[in-house]
Amino acid sequence: MKFGVLRFPGSCDEVDAQLAASKVGEAVLLWHGDRDLQDVDAVIVPGGFSYGDYLRAGAIARFSPVMESVVEFAGDGGLVLGICNGFQVLCEAGLLPGALLPNANRRFTFRQVSLEVVEPGTSFTSECEAGERLSIPAKHGSGRYYADEATLEALEQNGQVVLRYEPAENFNGSLRDIAGVRNEAGNVFGLMPHPEHAVDALTGSTDGLRIFESMRAAAEGAHA
Amino acid sequence: MRARVLVRPKEGILDPQGEAVERALPALGFGGVSEVRIGRMVELEIDDPSQLEEISGKLLANPLVEDFEIELLDPAAQ
Amino acid sequence: MPEELPTLDDAVALGLTAEEYELACEKQGRPPNQVELAMYSLLWSEHCAYKHSKKLLGTLPTEGSAVIMGPGENAGAVDVGDGLACAFKVESHNHPSAVEPFQGAATGVGGILRDIFAIGARPVAVLDSLRFGDVRSSERSRYLLEHAVAGIGHYGNSIGVPNIGGEVYFEEPYEQNCLVNAMALGLAESEKMIRSAAAGVGNVVLLYGASTGRDGIGGASVLASAELGEADDSKRPTVQVGDPFEEKKLLECSLELLERGLLVSLQDLGAAGLTSSACEMASKGEVGIDLDVAKVPLREADMEPFEIMVSESQERMLCIVRPEDVEAVRECCEKWEVSSAAIGEVTDSRRMRVFSGEELVGDMPVEALVDDCPLYDLAPERPTEPLYPPPPATVAADAGPQETLLELLGAPNLASRRPLFEQYDSIVQSRTVRRPEETDAAVLVLPSGAGLGVSIDGNGRRVAADPYRGAVATVLECAANLACVGAKPLGTTNNLNFGNPEKPHVAWQLTESVRGIGDACRALDAPIVGGNVSLYNEAPSGPIYPTPVIGMVGLLPDAARCGHLGFVEEGEAIALVGRFRPSLAASELARLRGEPLPDGLPEIDVAQVAATQEAVREAVRGGRISSAHDIAEGGLAVALAECCLAGSIGATVELDPEALTDGSLDAALFGEAPGGFIISGHQGAIEELAAQVGLAVIGHVGGEKLSLDAGGERPEWTLDQLRAAHDGLVACFP
Repeated sequence: MKFGVLRFPGSCDEVDAQLAASKVGEAVLLWHGDRDLQDVDAVIVPGGFSYGDYLRAGAIARFSPVMESVVEFAGDGGLVLGICNGFQVLCEAGLLPGALLPNANRRFTFRQVSLEVVEPGTSFTSECEAGERLSIPAKHGSGRYYADEATLEALEQNGQVVLRYEPAENFNGSLRDIAGVRNEAGNVFGLMPHPEHAVDALTGSTDGLRIFESMRAAAEGAHA
Repeated sequence: MRARVLVRPKEGILDPQGEAVERALPALGFGGVSEVRIGRMVELEIDDPSQLEEISGKLLANPLVEDFEIELLDPAAQ
Repeated sequence: MPEELPTLDDAVALGLTAEEYELACEKQGRPPNQVELAMYSLLWSEHCAYKHSKKLLGTLPTEGSAVIMGPGENAGAVDVGDGLACAFKVESHNHPSAVEPFQGAATGVGGILRDIFAIGARPVAVLDSLRFGDVRSSERSRYLLEHAVAGIGHYGNSIGVPNIGGEVYFEEPYEQNCLVNAMALGLAESEKMIRSAAAGVGNVVLLYGASTGRDGIGGASVLASAELGEADDSKRPTVQVGDPFEEKKLLECSLELLERGLLVSLQDLGAAGLTSSACEMASKGEVGIDLDVAKVPLREADMEPFEIMVSESQERMLCIVRPEDVEAVRECCEKWEVSSAAIGEVTDSRRMRVFSGEELVGDMPVEALVDDCPLYDLAPERPTEPLYPPPPATVAADAGPQETLLELLGAPNLASRRPLFEQYDSIVQSRTVRRPEETDAAVLVLPSGAGLGVSIDGNGRRVAADPYRGAVATVLECAANLACVGAKPLGTTNNLNFGNPEKPHVAWQLTESVRGIGDACRALDAPIVGGNVSLYNEAPSGPIYPTPVIGMVGLLPDAARCGHLGFVEEGEAIALVGRFRPSLAASELARLRGEPLPDGLPEIDVAQVAATQEAVREAVRGGRISSAHDIAEGGLAVALAECCLAGSIGATVELDPEALTDGSLDAALFGEAPGGFIISGHQGAIEELAAQVGLAVIGHVGGEKLSLDAGGERPEWTLDQLRAAHDGLVACFP
C-alpha cells in the first residue's frame, strides 16, 4: 500500500499526513508542480493553507499540475482523501459536491470533536462500526459545509454523508452537521477534521487511524 | 437609500491575496495580468447617507491599511 | 538624491541626540548624508544598539553546559540530546500592535519565526505573552485583545507552526501600551546550525523573499516629508503587513538552502531592515559590504535609497553565497516561488557602502555603525512615592471564601484562556504531547522520545511591587511549570518590557529586575541564551508595570511521563508540597479588592524553592504521582479548583490556616508565594515522597464538588459552578 501526500506551497499538515499514513503503509510526498503520481495506491490532499488560502480556501491549488493528475486518478477509481484544506481543494476541483464556507463562529477554531460514523461501509470507514463515535481534532477557519437543498437530499439518499458532527460540536455551522462526504462513486472522500492528528496515544486519540486502515483494506481489496 | 462601499488595500500596502492570485494566473495561461489588488464590497440600505463616510472609516475599512469609496445607488436607475 | 545634506534638526527628529549626531559627524569626517543619517539613527536607536540596557544585560549569566549558541546570534540554542539543538527566543512587537493589533501581532510572530530559521532550525512552536488594560472596563483593550489574538493565530496557523502555550494579563498600566511578546522554538541538528557573520571577500550578498515596499519606515519618514506634498498619503510610511504564505515558502526554501550547504551565512531582516541585517553581518564577520539598492526588488516604484535601506517589509532574508553557488541558490528560490536578487558583495574594506546603480549614496565604517553607538549608564533611584494608582475594587474586602473563589476564577487574569487558545492550532507537526490547560508547561515530543518542556511567564504587578523579588519569582514560576511536567531547565530567554529608562524610577525597576533574573537563572543553572528589550513603554499617565517576560526550555527523559495538572482518580490523596508561605501582598485578590501595591514582597528562599521543584520533577519523571500543579495567582484555593476543572472531578480538602500563615484564612486560601505545588497520587506514593520533601496530605480526590474545610469555614462548589465562573473571558469573544 503506497500513499502519496500532495505538497503545495502553503501546505502545513502534509508531513503529519505522511507520518499517519506510514503507520499503515508506505507514504511519499508529491510536489504540486509534478504530474507524476509515482504509482501510488491512494492520494491524500492534506491540510494547511495552500497558496495562503487567498481568494478562497483551495481556489488556487486546484489548478496546480499535480491536481490534473489527481482528477484523472480519481476518474479511474483511485482512492483520494481530502483533509481540511484538502477537502476544500477537492470541492473547488469539483471532485466532491458542495463548498466550505467561513465558520459560523467567524473564527479559526481548534477543538477535539466527536464524529458519528454514518456510513461504515465505505472505502474510508470500513474499519468502523455504524453509529460509532470517533474523537478527532478539527482546526479550521472555513469549515461550514454548504450545498443546496437538492444536493443535500441526494447526498443523504446515496449514502454520501459519511461522518457527522455530534450536534453540540458542530461549531462551524455545517448544514445537517456534515463533517465528511464522499463522491457518488465512493472513491473520493473529504472531511474537515484531521484524522492524521489522531493516530498516536502520546499526542491525542488513535481514532483517526481507522480511516487510514480502511483505505489500506480498500486498496488491498482492489489489488486482490 | 441603497449604497455600496468598496474597500481596497491602500496604495503601497502589501496585498498578499492579490499577489497570490497574480502569480497563479500565468500557470492557467493568462498572461499580461499585473497589479492585482483584492478588496471587498459592502452593500447596504441606509436612511442617512451622510453617515456613510463615518461608518466606512470606523468599521467597514481599517483606515490604516485600507481605502474606501462610497457609491450611492440611485433607486431610479435600478 | 537631494543635494542638500540633512541637518542636526533632522537628526534630532530621527531620535539622535545632538551629541550622538556630533559623534556620527566625527566618525564620518563630515556631516552624514540622507542615507547615512537614516542608517546611523536606526543602528544607534535603543532598539538596535540597546544603549540603555547593554551594560545591564552583560551581568546576566549566559554560559552553561547545555548552551550551544548564546546571546548575539539571531536566537540562542541549547543541546537537547542526540545531536539535536533547540533554538529559542522571545521578542516583542508592542508598538506595532498598539497601532494595528492584527498585523502588529501577526508580524511579531513572523519576525520571531525568521529568527529561528535564520540559524537553520525548523520552527516547531510558538508561545505568546500578552498584556492589555482591563478588558472588563476598557472597550479599547477588548478590541486589542481580540485582534492581537486573531493576528497571532492567523500567522502561526497559516504557516503551520503550533502555538502551544502562552499567558495574558489585564492591568490598567497597560491600557495605553499593550504588550505583545512572542516566543518561538526550533529544532536543528547541532552541526548544521548557521551563524550570521559575513565571510569570504568577493562572496555575493543575496536578498530573497518578499519585495521591498514602504512598510514600517517609521521615524525615518522625516527625511522624506520635506520632499513630499503634505497631502500625498500614498508615500507615507505604512503599517507592516504580514504574509504567512510568503514566509512559509521562505522557511522551506531557507531550510533547503542550508540542507544543501549553499549558504555561507544567513540573517533575517527585522527591525531596521537591510540596514541592520547587512551591518550586523559585516560587523560579525569583520568585513565590509557593498550594496546596490537599485538591485533590490521593489513593490513600489520610485523609492528613495534611504527608504530601501530602512524599509521593514516582512518576509525577507539576506544571505552570503559563494559566487559559484549563486545559480543553485536562485534555482532553489525559484522552486519555492521566492524571488531573489544578488544585491551586493563582501569586501575587505570594513565599510558599509551603499550604491544606487553607479552612484555611491552612502559610505560608513561598519564599526562606527554597529559598535560605536554611545552606551548610557542608568541613574537608578528607588521611588519614594507609589508609581501606580491602586486598581479599582471589584470584590468587597469582606466577601467570604465561597464568593471570593468564584470571583477569582472568573477574573480576567485567572479565567480560562480557552477562548484565546482555541483560535490557535496547537497540534500541527505532530509533536504536541499536552494541549493548553492540560499541564502547566507545554510538552513536545522529540524524535528520541524525550520531551521538551516550555513555559513562558511574567507577572508585572508583582515585579512592580518588588522588582528584584518579583523578577526572581517570575523565573522560579517558569521553572515550577517545567517541574510539573518533569522537565529540568536548560536555558532561558527574556524580554524586558519597561518604561522610559532615562527616568530614575524606571531605571531602578530595570536594574533590580535584571539582578533578580540573573540571580534566579544562576540558582537554577538556566542561563540566558537570548532575548530582547522593549523600553519607553510609557503613557502620559506613567510607565507600564515593569514586565520581564521569561521563557524557559527544559528537558524530560520520557515525554510519555509528563503527567497532567488535573486530578485523575477517585480516592487518591492530595498533597501540598513545599514550604509554602502565602501572602496577600500584590496578589490577585488584593488587586480585585483595589488595594494599592505593597512596597516590597516577602523574602524568597531560592534554594528551598529549587529543592522543592527538583523533588516534584523527580516524582513526575518517575511516574509516581498522578498530577502536579504549581500554586500561582489566586493561591491554593484557585490551584485546587483548576486541578478539579482540568480533571473534571471533585476534591475534599482540609486545611489548617495556622500552618500556612499567621492564621489569616484569606491568605491561606488565596495568598500567593513561590514554592508550593498541589500533587495527587496513591497514598503510598505520596508517603514515599514525604520522605524526600516537606509535604502535607490535605485531602483526597473524588465526587462532583470541591469541598474545603478551613479555619472554621466549610465552603463548597459544584464543578459546574467552578466551570461557569472560569469561563469569564468568553464574553470578550462574542
